[in-house]
Amino acid sequence: MPARTTEESKKSQILAALEDQDTTVSMDDPLENEMVLNMGPQHPATHGVLRLLVRLDGETVTGVVPELGYLHRGYEKIAENSGYHEFIPHTDRLDYLSPLSNNVGYVLAVEKLIGIEVPVRAQYIRVLACEMARVASHLVATGSMAMDVGALTVLLWTFREREKLLDIYDVLCGARFTTSYARIGGLQQDWTPQCTSMLNQFLQEFKQDLEEVEKLLRTNRIFVDRCENVGHISREDAIALGLTGPILRAAGVARDLRRDNPYLVYSDLDFDVITLTESDALARFYVRIAEMKESAKILRQALDRLPAGPIHAHEPKKVLPRKERVYTRMEELIHDFMLINSGINPPVGEIYQAIESSKGELGFTIVSDGTGQPWRMKIRSPSMTNLSALPLMLTGGMISDIVAVIGSLDPVMGEADK
Amino acid sequence: MNQEIIDRLQARFPSSIRATEEFRNDLTVTVRTSDLVSIAQFLKEDPALAFDMIIDIVGVDRFRGKERFEVNYTLYSLSHKKYLRVKVLVDEDDPTVPTLTGVWSGANWHERETYDMFGIKFAGHPDLRRLYMPEEFEYYPLRKDFPLAGIPDSLPLPRR
Repeated sequence: MPARTTEESKKSQILAALEDQDTTVSMDDPLENEMVLNMGPQHPATHGVLRLLVRLDGETVTGVVPELGYLHRGYEKIAENSGYHEFIPHTDRLDYLSPLSNNVGYVLAVEKLIGIEVPVRAQYIRVLACEMARVASHLVATGSMAMDVGALTVLLWTFREREKLLDIYDVLCGARFTTSYARIGGLQQDWTPQCTSMLNQFLQEFKQDLEEVEKLLRTNRIFVDRCENVGHISREDAIALGLTGPILRAAGVARDLRRDNPYLVYSDLDFDVITLTESDALARFYVRIAEMKESAKILRQALDRLPAGPIHAHEPKKVLPRKERVYTRMEELIHDFMLINSGINPPVGEIYQAIESSKGELGFTIVSDGTGQPWRMKIRSPSMTNLSALPLMLTGGMISDIVAVIGSLDPVMGEADK
Repeated sequence: MNQEIIDRLQARFPSSIRATEEFRNDLTVTVRTSDLVSIAQFLKEDPALAFDMIIDIVGVDRFRGKERFEVNYTLYSLSHKKYLRVKVLVDEDDPTVPTLTGVWSGANWHERETYDMFGIKFAGHPDLRRLYMPEEFEYYPLRKDFPLAGIPDSLPLPRR
């Protein structure tokens, strides 16, 4: 039968191809030693689902192609099809290591679009939230970078510190991980005295604990050898590629949106922008350590200055009313109904608002057509842009440097893939 | 600063600035596609402007008959600490924009993303592949005519 013959011949073709690959070694040039290695997307050192195609000459990397998209969930499409309030929980899942600052970044963009400003107390609480997120995220970055190059202890120590911050999140907003804390025109809950005492306790211990972590790595010969002069990128390349955050500052560019384009109350707070010029994996590690110390400084100042007062802007047609008032008062019930059903209806226009998140510049472009849903929302994710530097950083280096460099970039794929 | 940017651009490219708009202190300059690269080069190299970083590229599907798409370039000047949005309008029949990878190398991935999501081609791009979706995917998911739930069987599945 003709059908069977084709099937058989197909089978034998496949078998032949398999045999060919498995059993025969063909070499056109005996000195040819190039190979292409596929790393990830399921690889513990890629911090999620990053895939790298690496071309190797012996142990030297001669080319890298990063492949993204394994965690692409289409958040920009979801944003176009949901109201402005509805999108807040999705921002938790962008950079899932610092959800608090993502929430703040998003609501700041919406507030800029509708033209409202939150009361000073809410701004201070948001600063507290952002800086706690930065410390928590940098702790994970430091620990996992050390783990990638072989020092497991550090990861356990930094996670222990991070747990304390997550406990504060828990008291602050009822969730440790997916916080959804900021609201358009306010916050989900007020800062409590219990949060103050917990944060005070944390800050007291943090200085010494961080020093221990630093000591463990600063004098660790293996760690220093594996990170020094690895993943270098020049200042010019870093600017041209649009890198942001600790990677740009480790390359000697003092760009920090908290100081350069201040939002919230950062212009009233005293902190330094950390820069180093070495621009290697080790420099990025040192920048993160120093930034955690600066964040602790900011946290202490913000705690001291935290003013009393309301935490919601008085904009009943834009800001969701408190639930207890919705259930007891007519006016608030109507506003709640209108806000949930037709949305906040901002004016027609386009805005861009960015914050300095732990990874770099986290920005939101919102194109509004005047309805309750954004016509277009674009997330500018720092992880994605920072990853675009990988080919430059890795080419010419050794294969073992790859994990150190990825660790020093601290990408979060939830954010890079959106 | 906003007025200064407009003035300098108007003086240098009097016929290629289509519109300028200011909203919440964000400046948007709409330019003609044909002059995009030279305007970008000027914005980067003029010392009074010095937009040396490309922050983002935002494609927008306006879903209208003529000039359906927009491409927005969010630029940043390190020395002036200033943002600028440069906009070009793109036709649906031939959605092609010249690439800006020659001006800012960071435009590379952002342009790939815009191509992936809207199908806007960037002429002269060194490596115009999809960034997120698989290469064999036929649709452009952020176009307004792509349904939220996706299109059944549009992603290749293993055969039974």
